[in-house]
Amino acid sequence: MSLAGPAALPVATSAAPRLDLPKRLFTRFRASLPAYLLLLPSLVFLALFTYGAMGRVLIDALYQRATPKAPVRFVGLDNISAVLADPAFTGAVVNNLIYAVGTAIPSIGLALLFALTLSRTHAVSSALRAALFLPVLIPMVAASALFMFIFLPNVGLLDYYIGRLMPVLPNWLGDPDIALYAIMIITIWKNAGYYMLFFLAGLQAVPEDVMEAAHLDGAGPYQRLRHIILPELKPTFLFVIVIAILNAVTQVDHVFVMTQGGPSNSTNLVLFYIYQQAVEHYDVGKASAATLLTLAALMGLTALSFRTMANREGGP
Amino acid sequence: MKLIDWLTKDAPLATRGEITSKLGFLLTMLLAIVWLIPFVWMVVATLRPASDGINAMAELMPSLKPTLDNIKDAWEIGDFPRYTLNTTIICAGILLVQFVTITLAGFAFARLDFAGKSVIFYLFLLQLMLVPVLLIVPNLSLVARLGLYDTLAGVMMPFFASAFGTFLMRQAFEAIPTELEDAALIDGASLLQRIRHIYVPLSMPSFSAFAIISVTSHWNDFLWPLMVINSPDKRPLTVGLSVFTKTAEGTQAWGTIAAGTLMVIAPLLVTFLIFQKRFISSFVTSGIK
Repeated sequence: MSLAGPAALPVATSAAPRLDLPKRLFTRFRASLPAYLLLLPSLVFLALFTYGAMGRVLIDALYQRATPKAPVRFVGLDNISAVLADPAFTGAVVNNLIYAVGTAIPSIGLALLFALTLSRTHAVSSALRAALFLPVLIPMVAASALFMFIFLPNVGLLDYYIGRLMPVLPNWLGDPDIALYAIMIITIWKNAGYYMLFFLAGLQAVPEDVMEAAHLDGAGPYQRLRHIILPELKPTFLFVIVIAILNAVTQVDHVFVMTQGGPSNSTNLVLFYIYQQAVEHYDVGKASAATLLTLAALMGLTALSFRTMANREGGP
Repeated sequence: MKLIDWLTKDAPLATRGEITSKLGFLLTMLLAIVWLIPFVWMVVATLRPASDGINAMAELMPSLKPTLDNIKDAWEIGDFPRYTLNTTIICAGILLVQFVTITLAGFAFARLDFAGKSVIFYLFLLQLMLVPVLLIVPNLSLVARLGLYDTLAGVMMPFFASAFGTFLMRQAFEAIPTELEDAALIDGASLLQRIRHIYVPLSMPSFSAFAIISVTSHWNDFLWPLMVINSPDKRPLTVGLSVFTKTAEGTQAWGTIAAGTLMVIAPLLVTFLIFQKRFISSFVTSGIK
C-alpha cells in the first residue's frame, strides 16, 4: 500500500506532516477523492440493493400491519416467533434440508466421477464434458418445461420407457411422497456438470510425480484415490459443498413452475415460502422474518467455511 | 473395447492394464447419454407432427414426417420475439452499466491508495457472501418506491454493481505494468484517459469472461423478473416460457412446449458450442469468487 499509484501523488502529501490534524485529514481526504469518485457508482447501488436491503429486512421483520391498508405497528419479535410457529415454515425448512442433502451428495459424487474419468483431454472426453455441462447453461424454467413431460403420468418419457417395467406407475409430481425426490432429480441433472468443472480444476493440482511413485509402489486405483487424490481435493470439496448448499436454497425456480410447493406442501421450500408470504399473502413482516432467519443461517455457513479455509491455509 | 484402449493409450504405463478406470469411463459415457436425453427429446418432439398422437409423444426415435408446425405454433401463441427482445435489453443494459461500475471500482482498488481502503474492500466482499435472490422482498418494495415497478429498468437495477466483477477487474488491472501508465502520465493523460486507453484495452479477456457469466446468469433469471414485471409485453424469456408452458400444458400441446423451450435455450447453446473453452474457464472463475 506504500507504493501509491500515480494518481495518489498530489503535491500536498509531502507537506502533510507539518500541518495540524484537521488540515492533515483534509489533505488525506483530498488525496483520496479520485478513488472515492471512482467507487461512488458501485457504492450507490450496493448501498441501495445490498446493505440497504439488509437493513430493511431487519426493520420490516419488526413491524406488522393487520390488513394490507392498515398502518404498520411495531411488534418486536412477534413476526419471528409467528414464522417459527408456522407449520408451513418448519415444513419448508425440513423439506429444504432433505432437498439440500439429497441434491448435494449425489451431484457432488457424480461430479467427482465425471472429473476423474474425463480429466485426460482428448476429443471424446471433451465431447462428454460438453454434454454433461449443457444443463448448467439452460434456465431452470426451461429444464422444468422439459421435465414436466418427462414426469408426465402414463404418456411421459419416464413412464413410456421405464414405467413398463413397474407393476404400478408412480405419479412422479402428484404423489406427496415422491414429488420432492422428482424435483431433486432435476437439480442433480442440472448441477453435476457445474461441480465437475471445479473437480477438473482441482485434479490439476495433484502432483504427477506422487502419482507415478504410487504406481511404482503398486498402489491400486482405490488406494490412489483414497490416499492421494481425495486429500488433495479437500479444499475443492469444501468449496463445492458450500455452493451446493447455497444453490439448494436459492435455485428453486422449478418449484415455482412445476409444483407450486404442492402436493400438500411436500415440495414447499424456504424461498417459495418467502415468496408466498410476500406476494400471495401480502405479509411483508412474516416474509422479512423468514428472510432474516435464512440469511442468518447462510451467512453463518459461509463464515464457517471461510474460517475453515483460512485455518487450513494458515495453520499446520 | 478397442475404443476404450485407444482412449487410455496416453495413460501412464502402470495403469493401462487396470480395469477400474475403464469401467468408470464406460459409466460416465452412459450417464452422459442419459444427461442428453431431455435435449434429444426436445428436438425430436419439436419436429414431430401432431398427427402422431399423444401416445407416441415420448418416442425418442424421430418421426418419419418431420414438420416445423410446432415451431410456428409456439412462435404465434407465445410472444417469443417480444420476450427475446426484453431479455436482450435486460442483459445488455445490466452488462453495459456493470462494465462502467466494475472498471472504475476495480481501478480504484488496483491502483489507488485512499483512506478507508480496507473497510470499503470488506463492504464489497460482503456482497459476495450475500445471496441476492434472498433479498427479493426488500428490493421489490424499494423498486416500487422508486417508481420502477413493472419496468425493465427495475429488473436491471439491483445488478448494476458487481463485487465479483470488481474483484475480477482489480486482478486484471494489477497485472498491467505501471511503466505503461507512467509513460501516459508524462504525456499528460488524465486519470480517465489512462483507464480508457491503457487499462481497458489490455483487460479484454477479463471483460469477456465477466460478460459470459453476467449474460448467462441474467438470461436465466426467473424469480426476480417474475416479481417485478406485471404486464405481459414486458416479460423476459424465462417468465414468458413459464406462462406459455402453463397454457400449453392444459391442451397437452407437448410438441409446442418443446418448440418453445428450444427457442429459449437455442441462443445460449449455440454460443456455448462456438466458444466452449471460454465458457468453461469463465464458469470456473465464477465459482472462485
